[in-house]
Amino acid sequence: MTAAREWVISDLRERIASLESGTVRKRGCLAFGVDEIDAALPGGGLAYGALHEFAGGGSGTVDGAAAALCVAGIAARTKGQILWCMTRPDLFFPALAQAGLNPNRVVFAEADREEDVLATMEEGLGFGGLGAVVGEVVRLPMTASRRLQLVAEKTGTMGLVVRRWRRQTEASDFGQPTASTTRWRVSVLPSEELPVPGVGRPRWLLELMRVKAGECAEFIVGACDATGRIHLFPGSRDREDQTRRWDGRTVA
Amino acid sequence: MPAAKAQAIVQGLQVVEADPIADVAALERLTLWALTQYSPIVAMDAPDGIVMDTEGADHLQGGEELMLSGIVNRFRARGLTARVAIADSWGAAHALARASGRETVVAPCGETSRFVEKLPLSSLRLSPETVISLRTLGFRTIGELAATPRAPLALRFGPEIGRRLDQMYGRLPEPIDPIRPMDVVEVSRTFAEPIGAPETIAKYVSRLVGELCDALEKKALGVRRSDLIVHKVDNTMQAIRAGTAKPARDVAWLTKLFKDRIEKIEPGFGIEKLSLVAVIAEPLTETQKTSSLVEEEVVDITPLIDVIGNRGQRVYRVAPVASDVPERSVTRIAAAAEEVGASWALHWPRPVRLLARPDPIEVIALLPDHPPVSITWRGKRRRVKRADGPERIFGEWWTRSSEFDAVRDYFVIEDDAGERFWIFRSGDGLDTATGSQKWFLHGIFA
Repeated sequence: MTAAREWVISDLRERIASLESGTVRKRGCLAFGVDEIDAALPGGGLAYGALHEFAGGGSGTVDGAAAALCVAGIAARTKGQILWCMTRPDLFFPALAQAGLNPNRVVFAEADREEDVLATMEEGLGFGGLGAVVGEVVRLPMTASRRLQLVAEKTGTMGLVVRRWRRQTEASDFGQPTASTTRWRVSVLPSEELPVPGVGRPRWLLELMRVKAGECAEFIVGACDATGRIHLFPGSRDREDQTRRWDGRTVA
Repeated sequence: MPAAKAQAIVQGLQVVEADPIADVAALERLTLWALTQYSPIVAMDAPDGIVMDTEGADHLQGGEELMLSGIVNRFRARGLTARVAIADSWGAAHALARASGRETVVAPCGETSRFVEKLPLSSLRLSPETVISLRTLGFRTIGELAATPRAPLALRFGPEIGRRLDQMYGRLPEPIDPIRPMDVVEVSRTFAEPIGAPETIAKYVSRLVGELCDALEKKALGVRRSDLIVHKVDNTMQAIRAGTAKPARDVAWLTKLFKDRIEKIEPGFGIEKLSLVAVIAEPLTETQKTSSLVEEEVVDITPLIDVIGNRGQRVYRVAPVASDVPERSVTRIAAAAEEVGASWALHWPRPVRLLARPDPIEVIALLPDHPPVSITWRGKRRRVKRADGPERIFGEWWTRSSEFDAVRDYFVIEDDAGERFWIFRSGDGLDTATGSQKWFLHGIFA
């Protein structure tokens, strides 16, 4: 009985997927390697050929440090060259190298204007053959995100957007709808306790704020290791009370 | 001044025969170099100058000001003194470069008359006799001459003065006849009827690219820099330059570079000739590829780099530098450069964002080597909950003698909310010779 139901559901999913866009193809997914997170995403990971949005929480909305490192970890686990587009060149590459990203794989494109970043991203996504295209932008209007999503669908390249605002108050813009497949918020949490004085492994609150054909979720994870992987902290799902507390701080 | 008189004034004066032919040859070499560097339309302004039409080409050098200072610096590095000016017309730029005392002058669009009115008559490109006669009549500056009625001047000196004045103020066109190297690969197409529609231009551009690629293939060359020169019916020219990171001979790739910017062409009354020139060409031989069955296929992203780079964006990769000072440990290299084998030493945590200039912060800390108890950055006070450090970085005294004693002590700190920062104290906390003992915030951790 259950087998028949699952078959019907998967058949329905396929029919809906083929309705959604004319050129839908099986692109596969990039799994996080963390079962709980992968289970929250349809397909079991971040879809290739789609646009994914990452923003910081709290003062991370301005510096975008955690979001950038999270994106770097994802990019490090893809194959092929990576195009990183931005307007503010304050990325310090040794930190990205610590997340497993080889400097030979990353080509930076620094533009003077926001619109040029979006145009470069579109060009990179449409080129095909890149591992991932990363863009650091302030504004991501619906039209622009739709264009990026469509061109990513066409070539199967993963598009990663780091949202980074000029002021913390402007970050309410993140509530506006975009055409991205997933939207995440990465906020810093106090690091792991060590038995001795010092800063332990950084921890993040990873909030899946929107996902197409999936449900929102939040996780407490350990920051990217040397291969770009994040680790779920044991028991983070049970600690709903703590998550609530951080939630109040991150909403700007 | 005769040579004998000069020798009488200065003792031990060395006299070298003037060699105008060698001068012209050297100027020509310099002009050809400028053609590959700065703009597609470059010509000799004999006997001592080079004239370039840099419209639409300055952004590749970072803007007009930067382009000019770059030119001056490159000449200075070779022991030459250059004076550079940008103005609306050839005449005005010629006069400003020679007569104004500064190394670089930029006359903004439409402000030529304000810039040239105080210049002496000798910068008007008139014959020396005419200049002397005009001085006798009491004229001193170009402004005075321009404000005088034309008819009496023309009656006395002929039409030359009026023509030069009009050329200076941009009322008469003065097309630049661009210099071309002898062995350049060039294809062109002349139209019986002037064309103007973007689709037509696009069609002929792609045909020209095809012809250029055929011509290059015969010589086994690939193009590094190519110019599309648009000759219009009103005797003006417009040029579009496209550069590639590697020698290219791919029709689709080159066509895309030009088609991206066809909208920039202003056909005006119509285009009568299109020519495509391979300004810099390098040897390019075909190589045989191994089948993708044998080894993993590597995608060459050079075409993408070219498309982005030709839009005026800075495209680069980063590479490690053997330096402990954080801001010196990263360098930019060309996006299409060879792979770099080395990497950074990844023993210590490094911040994701590094501030271009360390921000001064106020700190409460126990000297000499305890981490701070609290910091105030951008008006917000943060209590330090956890900290790691110090990581001491010494100045590079072997390259800079001013850093002989310099020391920075870096700390990783984490505040109550979990935000992590990279801060340092300039100095070791004891000796003022090692630094100012002030605290700075240098980076933000994820």
